[in-house]
Amino acid sequence: MEQVSAAPQGGRYDIRGLAEPDATAPKNAVVSGSTAEFDAAELSTRQVNLELRRLVYGEGVTEVTVHNPGAKHSLSVGLLARCRVRIDGSLGYFGCGLIDGPEIHVTGRVGWSVAENMMSGVVVVDKNAGSLTGAALRGGDLVIRGHVGARTGIDQKGGTIVVGGNAGTLTGFMMQRGRQIICGDAGNGMGDSMYDGAIYVGGKVASLGVDCVEAELTETDREFIDRKCAIYRLDQPATFRKFVCGKKLWNYDNLEPNERKLVL
Amino acid sequence: MCGIAGIIHRGHTGDVGDEMTRMLQAMKHRGPDSTGYALYGDPSELLVMRFKLADPNDSGDFAYAERLARSRTAVEQRLAKLGAEVDRMDGESDYAYRATLRYAGELKPLADYVEDVPGVEVLSLGHSLEIVKDLGDAESVAQQYRLDKFQGSHAIGHVRMATESDVDIAGAHPYWAYPFSDVAVVHNGQLTNYHRWRRRLERLGHRFQSECDSEIIAVYLAQRMSDGLSLETAMKQSLTDLDGVFTYLVVTETSLGMAKDEMAAKPLVLYETEELVALASEEVAIRSVLNREIDTYDPYEGEVMVWSR
Repeated sequence: MEQVSAAPQGGRYDIRGLAEPDATAPKNAVVSGSTAEFDAAELSTRQVNLELRRLVYGEGVTEVTVHNPGAKHSLSVGLLARCRVRIDGSLGYFGCGLIDGPEIHVTGRVGWSVAENMMSGVVVVDKNAGSLTGAALRGGDLVIRGHVGARTGIDQKGGTIVVGGNAGTLTGFMMQRGRQIICGDAGNGMGDSMYDGAIYVGGKVASLGVDCVEAELTETDREFIDRKCAIYRLDQPATFRKFVCGKKLWNYDNLEPNERKLVL
Repeated sequence: MCGIAGIIHRGHTGDVGDEMTRMLQAMKHRGPDSTGYALYGDPSELLVMRFKLADPNDSGDFAYAERLARSRTAVEQRLAKLGAEVDRMDGESDYAYRATLRYAGELKPLADYVEDVPGVEVLSLGHSLEIVKDLGDAESVAQQYRLDKFQGSHAIGHVRMATESDVDIAGAHPYWAYPFSDVAVVHNGQLTNYHRWRRRLERLGHRFQSECDSEIIAVYLAQRMSDGLSLETAMKQSLTDLDGVFTYLVVTETSLGMAKDEMAAKPLVLYETEELVALASEEVAIRSVLNREIDTYDPYEGEVMVWSR
């Protein structure tokens, strides 16, 4: 009993809001052995994702190249297998989100919320990224060679975000675990309300957010930064500074004054 | 949510009507309620006035046609009374009109006197600015107002998902900076000190046609510029004067500018070359006029940029 009605863009969506519920994989990929490539220019978002899934899950392909992504939103999302994907161009919003395992290389730029909630894997973006880069990241490496917008790694819960250029305002906002390496400058309010984790900055920091403090950069930190920059062949600045949570807002175990009265 | 877009050809003109339609249509999912354009054609000696006699939501009762005819006659009489000689007056629909006028006087009394006719709103007044806005998506508005052939140097546009005020033409963007010639604004966001600024600007004699917070940005900027500030300085000042989350685009007869609030809460993607600058809430909009791989970036928080045509 699928209730289907016309979507604003001329496509269709079902009662749950799923776009193009009757879309099928276009099967336009050219497969040779374990590699495949296909052109996304004429495909809808869902068709691109269905084709990727068909190749990776169904055909046993381990390396896929997607041509002409055209900055479409939500491409290459929800891939839950080890594979290599090369996006030959730019992505719109929510690219490479909710993935677990793939190594994705985007040769262009990405919009907001790239690799949101990635569990594991690698996403490398050659150019700039929009805001909310790596939001709620859980694991894996997210590498942006260019600049990133605001709120990078908001609510980050693991993994590593590496930025070759500058980062905007509220970088690491409310991050809970994981690490960020910002080779360039960071904007105002960096690390605001962070619970845990570490942010390494090579350039200038415009200002720190609430309860974010500078910490001593240890040998282990230095080794970690060197290793990540070497893996992704990033030119790193000579020095880094480390920023962590000041733990002034750590009140988890404390009772509110009213509650204390009740208990005592 | 709303989507905004801007395009400026530098040193030449282009099909800005068609380009803006494609950009806005690509962002239809950001706001299907209404679509608006501020287009700049070749500057002319004549004054271009875009106005509406009624709203498409108004009830089409038996007296509707008669009321519109009466309003149109009243507008013509009032223009004549103020010495504005009508060169042409074309109806784009039964309620939306474009008139070219020979008029050298003050714009404020002209706009006020025309708008005094019930239901009438002056959408834009200027020597090259033309604001077109109506309900529906970009393609239907462009078709209704025949914008596909519009040639010009720059344009901004807006697709609206109404949140703070009604779905009607008065609530649609772009907003003309009444009563200043050739200035218009589109905005994505919410202003939290709207009422304070509205009262301040009303005390200076400005009128507001809608309940929409975005309307004050246009008037605010035009007021600052008439106080002697440059466009860029006025925009920088707006970052501290306006409270809330906003990314807005502003156009004058010669320039296009963007400003983003200090939280960078609303998106904007920028593509910039010597010949062309294109900005939009989403890169898909820019790709709809430049169908190839391009280098783009998001301007940072608190940034103000201005380009000349």
